[in-house]
Amino acid sequence: MGVLVDENTRVLVQGITGREGSFHARACMAYGTNIVAGVTPGRGRTMFDDKVPVFNSVEEAVAQTQANMALIFVPPPFAPDAIAESADAGIPLIACITEGIPVQDMVKVYRYIQRKPVRLIGPNCPGLINPGAKCKIGIMPGAIHLPGRVGVLSRSGTLTYEAVGQLTALGLGQSSCVGIGGDPIIGTNFVDVLGLFDADPGTDAVVMIGEIGGTMEQDAAAFIKADFSKPVASLVVGASAPAGKRMGHAGAIITGESGTAEFKIAALNDAGAWIIPTPADIGSTAQKMLESNGLLN
Amino acid sequence: MNIHEFQAKEIFARYGIAVPRGIVAATPAEAKAATQELGGQSVVKAQIHAGGRGKSGGVQLVRSPEEASESAQRMLGSNIVTPQTGPEGAPVHKVLIEELADIKKELYVALTIDRGHRSPVLLVSIHGGMDIEEVAATNPQDIHTEPIDPLLGLMPFQTRRLVRHLGLEPAVAGDAAKLLTALYQVFVDNDCSLLEINPLIITGDDRVVALDAKINLDDDSMFRHADLMAYRDVSQEDELEAQAADLDIAYVNLDGDVGCLVNGAGLAMATLDVTTAAGAAPANFLDVGGGATPEKVSSAVKIILSDPKVRRVLVNIFGGILRCDIAGEGIVMAYKETGSTIPLVVRMLGTNVVEGKEILGASSLPVVFAETLTEAAEAIKQLKV
Repeated sequence: MGVLVDENTRVLVQGITGREGSFHARACMAYGTNIVAGVTPGRGRTMFDDKVPVFNSVEEAVAQTQANMALIFVPPPFAPDAIAESADAGIPLIACITEGIPVQDMVKVYRYIQRKPVRLIGPNCPGLINPGAKCKIGIMPGAIHLPGRVGVLSRSGTLTYEAVGQLTALGLGQSSCVGIGGDPIIGTNFVDVLGLFDADPGTDAVVMIGEIGGTMEQDAAAFIKADFSKPVASLVVGASAPAGKRMGHAGAIITGESGTAEFKIAALNDAGAWIIPTPADIGSTAQKMLESNGLLN
Repeated sequence: MNIHEFQAKEIFARYGIAVPRGIVAATPAEAKAATQELGGQSVVKAQIHAGGRGKSGGVQLVRSPEEASESAQRMLGSNIVTPQTGPEGAPVHKVLIEELADIKKELYVALTIDRGHRSPVLLVSIHGGMDIEEVAATNPQDIHTEPIDPLLGLMPFQTRRLVRHLGLEPAVAGDAAKLLTALYQVFVDNDCSLLEINPLIITGDDRVVALDAKINLDDDSMFRHADLMAYRDVSQEDELEAQAADLDIAYVNLDGDVGCLVNGAGLAMATLDVTTAAGAAPANFLDVGGGATPEKVSSAVKIILSDPKVRRVLVNIFGGILRCDIAGEGIVMAYKETGSTIPLVVRMLGTNVVEGKEILGASSLPVVFAETLTEAAEAIKQLKV
């Protein structure tokens, strides 16, 4: 159970020989993730930590290892190429952790992957984790997670850990946690993942962490109102941010009324979502939501 | 990164986009000489990184070289306050002296990346010279949005459609189409995040001229635009924000007295919200980033401590890539180097949290520990300042 990744996920790490790639590949393996290959052009036919074969191309890696997911730790100038290479090789799921890809590169890559049978998570995201399946594909600290039945969905990295930390502290385990990324152009949005959580028998309810900028939260609100069958608790951060200033994430910038936290919260409230009043109340609000829906056991 | 109007027009000129004849002046004498050269009359335009200059005394029509000198005298060295600058305004170090334009028609053209379409969009409107937000509010039907497939680029049928929407006569349609094509090339070649001409004018003799020019560049693309970095004008940036940017730290200066040190943009925003909800006011947004070293954390803390508004500091670190002991070391380093006695509340969680707290606990720093976000906000409120 859980969404997108599980025991059958065979991960290929692009950039496995780099500083970040190697550090996180080890952490993922230690958590239980099945990492079957690494790709670094020019470093083929070597072994990573005596365990994982490294290939020159994704194509070779897939042919040799039947990898069915790519995790990308490639620096921004080369990340668009890495995404396109995996899509070209027929990989059905890609998570791109890289932060700082030029937006005009992303709009092109987005067009390209639209023509392929592939889902991209990110870029500029923490990745995704299915604690019950011991499958961590990303940079989140594995130890804070607890197997369970709450789906967690977020545009942020550390704030997702905060949310998970609060849930775990109350004994509320997670079915899957998906960080979709903080950039303006990302492969997978809230609505996509909400749809997956809705269809997942292992997920009872969802905690969704939004932020200022764009209209993804409003789109999610419309979807929750019309098509979503499970309870959702939602937080939108950035209420105290001034307009026109980029709050770290390239996507977190208020450029009109619809980008404000207030506007987004109103839409989610109208859709019947449980509103998490402040970032300190994520766990307690989720608990109330589960309790009132008879989902606490 | 923002650049000045005169710099944007330099780029335009390289792509064959018509701009008024103009000369940059840094002194009243230069403004006077420039006006002389342009025939005795000119428009004096303050070069600041903010819109809304026109209504704030930053654009002035002058009828003689002497008047140009006086106008430049007023602007240069002063701060111009517009709705986009904040109350302190933006300093004027240069003015652009331009020839007068014979305006028959004022239009609006802009290019940006649209999240909804996940592509570049070209916006045009027949209402040039006005605030486009106002047009969007009052006459939304008069703004045409043309999404562009980034793999194809702006196609000729699209420029023809845009020209049609602008209601242009055959005499200027060809030039306008050429300009739109060139503009898209500027947008792509220079990794612009926003490119705006307001107004784009049709002159009495049917020329299409960019009377104004605004370009924002994508910060994430600067690794391939070393040449454009030369356009950076630090005097237009907040001093602390500029320092932080040089260190690759995401920092935004705010109005309150609680200095905030956080890892991760989302958690940093959340920290501001919790602080505000507790009745305190954050002095800044700061995301120190994932792969920070003790030195980088120390630099971030020093930026916070050098802000005269800061009376208390809130540290919120969720150790993941950034380990808590690294954060602890960096904080101690900064306090030692600056000798600061500003009290701080530290909330740490995650990787190496025990070590991180030990480092801070063993130091002589005025530190209060908190376990949860709620406790941290409460502790900040309790700090006597």
